[in-house]
Amino acid sequence: MIAEAAQHAEVAVHGMEWTVKELFTYPNEFIYWTIQIVMYPFLTGLVAGAFVLSSLYHVFGQDDLKDIAKFSLLFSFALLLVAPMPLLFHLQQPQRNWEVMLTPHFTSAIAAFGMVFSVYMAIVASEIWFVYRKFFVERVNELKNKEGLGNAILKLIYTILTLGVFDVSERALHKDERAVKMLAGIGIPVACFLHGYAGFIFGSVKANALWMTPLMPVIFIMSAIVSGIALCLLTYIVIMEWQKFQITRHGRRSWHMSADEVKGAEIDMVRKVSKYLIGFLVAAITLELLDLIFRGYTAVKSWDILRSVIYGKDFFNIFVLQYSIGNLVPFVLLLLPGLTVKRTVLATLLVLFGVFMMRWNVVIGGQAFSLTFAGYMHYHLPIIPHDAETFKEGLFGALLMGGLPFVFFWIFNKIIPSLKYK
Amino acid sequence: MKFTRRDFLTTAAKGALITALPAGAIKFLGPDEVRADIDSSGKVRWAFLVDTFKCVGCGLCVKACKNENETPYGAPVTRTWVERYIIKKNGEMLADTPLGARDGFTDNKVRGDEVDPKDIGKAFFVPKLCNQCDSPPCVQVCPVGATYQVGDGVVLVDRSWCIGCGYCIMACPYGVRFFHPVHKVAEKCNFCYHRITKGMQTACVDACPFGARKIGNLKDPEDPVTKIVLTERVGVLKSEYGTKPQVYYLGLDENVR
Repeated sequence: MIAEAAQHAEVAVHGMEWTVKELFTYPNEFIYWTIQIVMYPFLTGLVAGAFVLSSLYHVFGQDDLKDIAKFSLLFSFALLLVAPMPLLFHLQQPQRNWEVMLTPHFTSAIAAFGMVFSVYMAIVASEIWFVYRKFFVERVNELKNKEGLGNAILKLIYTILTLGVFDVSERALHKDERAVKMLAGIGIPVACFLHGYAGFIFGSVKANALWMTPLMPVIFIMSAIVSGIALCLLTYIVIMEWQKFQITRHGRRSWHMSADEVKGAEIDMVRKVSKYLIGFLVAAITLELLDLIFRGYTAVKSWDILRSVIYGKDFFNIFVLQYSIGNLVPFVLLLLPGLTVKRTVLATLLVLFGVFMMRWNVVIGGQAFSLTFAGYMHYHLPIIPHDAETFKEGLFGALLMGGLPFVFFWIFNKIIPSLKYK
Repeated sequence: MKFTRRDFLTTAAKGALITALPAGAIKFLGPDEVRADIDSSGKVRWAFLVDTFKCVGCGLCVKACKNENETPYGAPVTRTWVERYIIKKNGEMLADTPLGARDGFTDNKVRGDEVDPKDIGKAFFVPKLCNQCDSPPCVQVCPVGATYQVGDGVVLVDRSWCIGCGYCIMACPYGVRFFHPVHKVAEKCNFCYHRITKGMQTACVDACPFGARKIGNLKDPEDPVTKIVLTERVGVLKSEYGTKPQVYYLGLDENVR
């Protein structure tokens, strides 16, 4: 049936490319929400998690997290800029995206996006400004006497970043600190809301038997924090160890490197952060298992088809990839005594993979069965793109989204050296 | 030059005026006003009646719909479709709708497998279309208000406004929505709104040779559809979702999905 329809060149039905139907499904059913909708909650989750990690220092005064907190804050901003892009890639009419902001229809969960996102963006941007304001002023003063076009451009950038405020007196800096604390404090609920509402987008779809649960926003928040902490920890270790590695390889210390940079990742901090990671991981898994047990126990009409998906078609994805490799193995790795940096790297990688698989199993798994409850749909991720759509909603589109935050962070870090500046 | 308090107040007043004037040119409508503009009568509530006893699965309604509403003929997506249900004597349920039954059901094969008529307990056809729900989840979830319900109950899509996020497609428990292959926006049955508002029947109603499909106005007590809905035992699809669907079925079986 599908092959016959595909013969008509003009008939490019969205979703037909990667959907294989099995048994009885409605004619219009396809997997409409694909890999980019997996990337969207994955990326917003990382944003929220990175911000919560930075707030642990700024609000709750966990002083040993100081280094990673400043870095996480900037990283969170880089992730934040990319977070809405998967949605843009997924829209059939991306040029109309601004209608979500201009003509929001407030009964829709997605309509809240514009506001929540803007508020959160403002909070993170202003927090960064307060944290690095002194640094901007210092740089402007430093560059004042230097010549050359590069320095002039840098000076202009830093002057703009100061927003015309050059007061770095003790009193002003004290005020900055209070502002940062307040913003970080407000930021935590907003970060949770940003991601909780991503969970709400799914949890409130009553037509989807797998998605519809009030636990969805909470599950999303917990796994968001888990993934955000894991990514920050991983990136921190990689950057610190890379600097150390370069020095040992070249056998010399570069003139601009400080003593802090050559020491590598601090194992005490790594251990501390990993404890938070374990805590949130336990919360996330508990909620997910509660959801699963509850569905099985209440066994409403949809349970038969859900069971066949969860324990049958998606068993490998859910129980092997997500729960075992993505949750259980890193849990054990982090809990075993004598945690090393290498072990943490492996564990954080697995945790990130686990959270990604959780998003995948929710988004794709939620469309693996038909609304008829009598048929299935299988998703085949387009790998080699042959048109714009198979690129946008294929492997390379997703990899682009996954890579962009690192590019943004690299650019930001040129201006604001979040790991060097104390 | 010194900027005095007087200067400040003068500039502020000018600024406020310049901002306020263009805003005054825009007319803000309340929800009731909008509703009144769309539907001034309030005397129409379109509803649909499907008599499953009369449907033979010829698929002429699907053909007519595709032609009338310019849904690409070869595409598997369709605004209306017909499902075939076969319940075997051993209780096993088989159901299919190849290409939405565009070409009708012409043999005993379900997905290529021959079904022996001797094994069949009961078999029937069920036409499907948009239920134009009283509380439509698709309208609720549209982030830009591109899909909306008119005062006469029909849910429409503004093709110039839809951003193509697919949230409405996900929200519909009946699977009536899809992306239009040409316009690349959400698409669904709208009871042939361009026809019924001119006093005509929908394309599928006109095409049905057996009178299995009827459209009517629930607010008119003399309307044949209203009479049947009020006096006979009718069913609706998936009432558990609380959508209050407005396509009524005669002879609905518990196996119908």
